[in-house]
Amino acid sequence: MPKLDVPEQASLPQHLLRDELPLPEVAEPDVVRYFTRLSQMNFGIDTSFYPLGSCTMKYNPKVNDEIAAIPGFAGIHPLQPGSMVQGALQLMYELQDSLCQITGMPAASLASVAGAHGELVGMLLMRAFHDYKGQLEGRRTVLIPDSAHGTNPASAAMAGYRVVSVPSDENGNMDMDALQSLLDESVVGLMITLPNTLGLFDPNIERICALVHEVGGLVYGDGANMNALLGQVQLGSLGFDIVHLNLHKTMSTPHGGGGPGAGPITVTSELASFLPTPVVTATPSSHNDGNAYQLDAPEHSIGSIGAFHGNFGVLVRAMAYIKANGADGLREVSENAVLNANYIMKKLEGTFEIPYKRTCMHEVVLSSRNLKQHGIRAMDIAKRLIDYGIHPPTMYFPLIVEEALMIEPTETESKETLDHFIQSMLSIFKEIHETPQLLLDAPHNTPNTRLDEALAARSPNLRWSPMDK
Amino acid sequence: MLEDVLGSPYIPNTEDDRAEMLEAIGVNRVADLFADIPLHKRTESINLPQSMSELTLRREFHELAGKNVVPGEYAMFLGAGVYNHFIPSAIAPLISRGEFLTSYTPYQPEVSQGTLQATYEFQSLISLLTGMDNCNSGMYDGATALAEGVLMACRVTRRSQVIIADSVPPRHRSVILTYTKAQGIDVKIQRRDQLSVDADIACVVVASPNYFGYIDGDMGGLANQVHDKGALLVVSTNVMSLGILKPPGEYDADIVTGECQPLGIPLSFGGPYVGFFASKDEYVRQMPGRIVGKTVDTDGRTGYVLTLQTREQHIRRERATSNICTSEALIALRATIYLALMGKRGFAEVGLHCFHKAHYLASLIQSLPNFSLPFDGDFFNEFVVRGPAPSADILKDLEVNKIIGGLDISDTVNNGILVSVTEMNTKQEIHKFVEVLSQWGGQLR
Repeated sequence: MPKLDVPEQASLPQHLLRDELPLPEVAEPDVVRYFTRLSQMNFGIDTSFYPLGSCTMKYNPKVNDEIAAIPGFAGIHPLQPGSMVQGALQLMYELQDSLCQITGMPAASLASVAGAHGELVGMLLMRAFHDYKGQLEGRRTVLIPDSAHGTNPASAAMAGYRVVSVPSDENGNMDMDALQSLLDESVVGLMITLPNTLGLFDPNIERICALVHEVGGLVYGDGANMNALLGQVQLGSLGFDIVHLNLHKTMSTPHGGGGPGAGPITVTSELASFLPTPVVTATPSSHNDGNAYQLDAPEHSIGSIGAFHGNFGVLVRAMAYIKANGADGLREVSENAVLNANYIMKKLEGTFEIPYKRTCMHEVVLSSRNLKQHGIRAMDIAKRLIDYGIHPPTMYFPLIVEEALMIEPTETESKETLDHFIQSMLSIFKEIHETPQLLLDAPHNTPNTRLDEALAARSPNLRWSPMDK
Repeated sequence: MLEDVLGSPYIPNTEDDRAEMLEAIGVNRVADLFADIPLHKRTESINLPQSMSELTLRREFHELAGKNVVPGEYAMFLGAGVYNHFIPSAIAPLISRGEFLTSYTPYQPEVSQGTLQATYEFQSLISLLTGMDNCNSGMYDGATALAEGVLMACRVTRRSQVIIADSVPPRHRSVILTYTKAQGIDVKIQRRDQLSVDADIACVVVASPNYFGYIDGDMGGLANQVHDKGALLVVSTNVMSLGILKPPGEYDADIVTGECQPLGIPLSFGGPYVGFFASKDEYVRQMPGRIVGKTVDTDGRTGYVLTLQTREQHIRRERATSNICTSEALIALRATIYLALMGKRGFAEVGLHCFHKAHYLASLIQSLPNFSLPFDGDFFNEFVVRGPAPSADILKDLEVNKIIGGLDISDTVNNGILVSVTEMNTKQEIHKFVEVLSQWGGQLR
């Protein structure tokens, strides 16, 4: 720090002050080398193919990071008067509009900062809606397919709701008979992912939405898999009432080792007045491209769900991505994502089991249950892929597929990369039959071999302590 | 002629690649792969403009950013929870490394030791700063961290009544209300000096420094009062103040939350930030969010993993302690690198700079005949000023003089402005601030 340029002031009373500050002291060169070396122990999209299903690990364009770091975006305080942040508000307004166009909904909120955060907002919107209609007490149950991501039931529970699971049928679609038997006036709504976590588009989706509406329920669309549908179909036109988008998936903002993300939602006009605060609105004005933008509170808002207006830095990147791709580009994204996944599925046919034999969307789910007889689990295949320089797919999910491996290549991988992955999988398949120990000991070239997770949970060591010296 | 390239710039497949792949799959057109989508609902295109080159993109966003007023051009005295602090240059290149930036939640520890070890460092540093037993890997922001702290206190005590002191910032209070309402938790807001805790209360929530910047001088007494009734003390604090102030662990707080934004994180119009969430050991299995633990591999080498995952949504589903999945890992990494760079001495120095500069400005304002500090007590880097005119008028005047003067809090304090000072504010800026105020009928003595 520079020398203090103002006179020192009287100190605080001693009882308010801390005796010692037990932080480390490290010189900058050592800090830089330490964190650089740590980074080298990670796989990232920039270093490796990363087909982690349901996470949409696509290339993160560098220009978006540069744009988000412009001082006019990165330096502004969230409580600056509206007149001083018109550019930021305009950007948010345009992003709201773009997401509405993409999902086919009339209203949007950018306030939720992750997919699960958007889900919670969606559940609170349903609650506010039913409350408004005088049906809060009677409606207690949220229906969720058994293939759903764990955040769905957790979000419904955080909104105070009971969760009932809807089974899937033998084709991987929602079991329509089961759905009908569960639908009555106690239903708050349905949370559904489209395409579902098996990577399949449920052809009954319109009927599903209509049935839920018939009993007065609402339909929540988990947009985790929107990469399959960009420019192909608008969820609003299928009957969804609320949709969230994961900008860190579909709109390419970096996942950062587990965030930041953004999980904005779009809704029907019936739900617009319940959206969380704030939303950005525009009024005609003489300057600023004819519009003045302001932060607004919807009339029956569920309230605020975060300290400020959402993860603005992520929103900037997503807006840049949408503009760079344009309408045609976004459609190409879904086309190539789906093409790549189907290519992998086709090329692995006859080796690894494909539990649902039909055209998939942006991801394909395999099962290694038949390989258990060789003493090999999905985990072993995943770890062996690391030796081939590939990040493992999602394992053991969705829960309805035994020994699942969920592979999402995304559109930003070349055929060459896909062929390398396919070849690696085929080699591993051979190894399972010939040299299974190679898999059981994998990975072989990482800083650590397999780690003892049971030990970590049994006797938690969650921090360094001065006693560890 | 050179034409605009239309379509996505980030797709490597060529037309030939696509043709080969379609042939391998055994379909004629890509559209055939979308056959499950009802035909009458298929769209031809999205109603959005066509693609844009990187050159145009950069130009357009620079123009948009230019419509915002940036600290630097203006002297910044606006805080209220997030602050214009110094950001060391080494942070940006480190967090921009693709291995950190473009990885995801470390489900596969063998290829994620970088993220995992850095997160363990984050948990360690925040535990040390707060004086608490442990800490999770981070929450969305300070406000949701506090709201989840309230939910956790209700789970731990199996009670559903909560008291929030009125010293907790209104923005935090409203997030708590949004989060608790649906779970049937009864939230009462009470004056900090008139808290009435009975045996049904799950927790008492206080902020120190409080909304107005003032330090709560009797946290020890409050902790006793709360614990006598079997309730938990939940504290929200300004992490930057912990460089000099007594840590909440020393006055027996049970759950401590706050905003990490002061730790090398850009203001960025409200996010992304990261909240911290620390607690006593006995409550760790009720914590929300990801937690990293130290363990060994099959060769006995030290390594790190996500742990206590049976609390989490992907295992426990509707019985999870929270629905958190993607959080704010990269921002927590920012905070970790910041603390490593500043270190024991540097971090305390920043706190002292904030303290002395804020008190210098306060003393000058106090000497103006028409301005006063309506609250007594000790503050860290933020305080309330009461002026002779509506706050909006005074702030507008400051703005004309290229000063963002603070937050208009006239809704809670008549003619009140919440003024914050950081190490970034120079003596010249402070004098200019006072000079502008002195035009409102007062004089700089």
